[in-house]
Amino acid sequence: MALDRSDVEGIAHLARIAINEQDIENTTATLKDILHMVDQMQAVNTDNIEPLAHPLELVQRLRSDEVTEANQRDHFQQLAPQTENGLYLVPKVIE
Amino acid sequence: MQWEAVIGLEVHVQLATKSKIFSGASTAFGAEPNTQACAVDLGLPGVLPVLNAEVVRMAVMFGLGIHAHINQTNIFARKNYFYPDLPKGYQTSQMDLPIVGKGYVDIPLDNGEMKRIGVTRAHLEEDAGKSLHEDFHGMTGIDLNRAGTPLLEIVSEPELCSAKEAVAYLKYIHGLIRYLGISDGNMAQGSMRCDANVSIRPKGETTLGTRAEIKNVNSFRFIEKAINFEIERQIDVLEAGGKVVQETRLYDSERDETRSMRGKEEANDYRYFPCPDLLPVVISDEDLRAIKEALPELPEQKRQRFMDKFKLSEYDATILTEERETAEYFEQVASQCGDAKLAANWMMGEIAARLNKNNLEITESPVPADRLAKLLSRLKDQTINGKGAKTAFEALWEGADDVDAVIEAKGLKQVTDTHAIAAIIDDIIAKHPEQVEQYKAADDAKRKKMIGFFVGQVMKASKGSANPGQVNQLLQQKLS
Repeated sequence: MALDRSDVEGIAHLARIAINEQDIENTTATLKDILHMVDQMQAVNTDNIEPLAHPLELVQRLRSDEVTEANQRDHFQQLAPQTENGLYLVPKVIE
Repeated sequence: MQWEAVIGLEVHVQLATKSKIFSGASTAFGAEPNTQACAVDLGLPGVLPVLNAEVVRMAVMFGLGIHAHINQTNIFARKNYFYPDLPKGYQTSQMDLPIVGKGYVDIPLDNGEMKRIGVTRAHLEEDAGKSLHEDFHGMTGIDLNRAGTPLLEIVSEPELCSAKEAVAYLKYIHGLIRYLGISDGNMAQGSMRCDANVSIRPKGETTLGTRAEIKNVNSFRFIEKAINFEIERQIDVLEAGGKVVQETRLYDSERDETRSMRGKEEANDYRYFPCPDLLPVVISDEDLRAIKEALPELPEQKRQRFMDKFKLSEYDATILTEERETAEYFEQVASQCGDAKLAANWMMGEIAARLNKNNLEITESPVPADRLAKLLSRLKDQTINGKGAKTAFEALWEGADDVDAVIEAKGLKQVTDTHAIAAIIDDIIAKHPEQVEQYKAADDAKRKKMIGFFVGQVMKASKGSANPGQVNQLLQQKLS
């Protein structure tokens, strides 16, 4: 699978990761190596193999529908840079 | 050119659980901001989601309610995007193997026929928090109480052809989730939200046109208006030689128009992948059977029972069973008064009109079912006639609570005493010798029309209290 500079810039933007100009080339090469490995895996014949959604062959455990969490707002909001009236404040997201 | 619309709906239903889909935080509506957002909902490092069993049960109930294939092994995936009301940076949702596969619902059309609409899938996911853009010194306030509330997203096939059909489909889904008790369906509080994908194409064309998605419309009336506006807008664009752009549009109910949400929209790339924190969900045959056996009577079963038991038309039965409360009200009235046809006519006439006019739900009707049943019984046993019943109903609607007392107080009792009616008839005949002569000279066909004059006079003289059938019969005897 081909991968070029603009793909890397696109992926970085989607992941909100800032990449230095000088790192882009190196990152592109590293990602290409990973994709090369993926290509090798894709080439393996898996015709009669069930798809696996999780490496552990286990089944999800369910919990009963009960409220078990108490209000810890004050505790959690100590982690936030800015709060007001119980709200977390963030830079404005719409124009 | 003749155009036809193609509409598909995505309905988000908030499931009525006590706790969230992946955490033990409360889902109660209206709490103080962020008092119901725990470490899991906030996406703090090191937390793990644990799936709520009730959410799985409710989704399966819905699937069974629309004759869908249930994927007894289903998988959660991460839908990745950044927005401040989604603290984890991804929404846990389902992609490749949703819990509910293909199903269908039958909806009533205006012409009295039914139409089958395919449901592509329904999958489980978590809701996001709420962003408050009001004045926080140029910042946005985030309330994460809603984050992690369980949602069932129901995706229809693009098989709806008008805004009316879209509303009929939504009403059916709304009724169904309330029958099942899996959601309160409160659109004003956001428990049921709807996105509509709308496109148009020349009539007869089979390929789909470019669609626009209308987001988050929160009432049946606005959905109808938004879709109608959007269809007209697309026709105008195409007829002016333009192209419909694939985009997200927002409905503005104040101006009754849809507007593009973003000038330049990036192509969505959510990079779905299976959620490593959640194992595959497996529903055993035994659990599936238990859920099936515990299902309540569904709207379509009630519809069929009403058709069999009360001899209602399919259309009438569909309208009366759409909402469980309406169906229960009707069934009580029909059983107690012993005349289902009469009960159905009153439900869809007088009751529907008054509820609609006053913007009330059936549960808020000032006339409870047993009182209406009593009134209809009095109509049926001829204590009162149709006109009297309407007058009495008016009083009951205004708050009177005793049917017989109202009939008495308003003098609505029908006169069925033959002697009393005969006396009035004799009086009328004596007062109108000319008309009597004309009647006697006329042939049968004309007489049938002319007798109406006498019936009218007698009814007037009795102040509407005579039995019209009896009056007619006695008049014919006396005039012949």
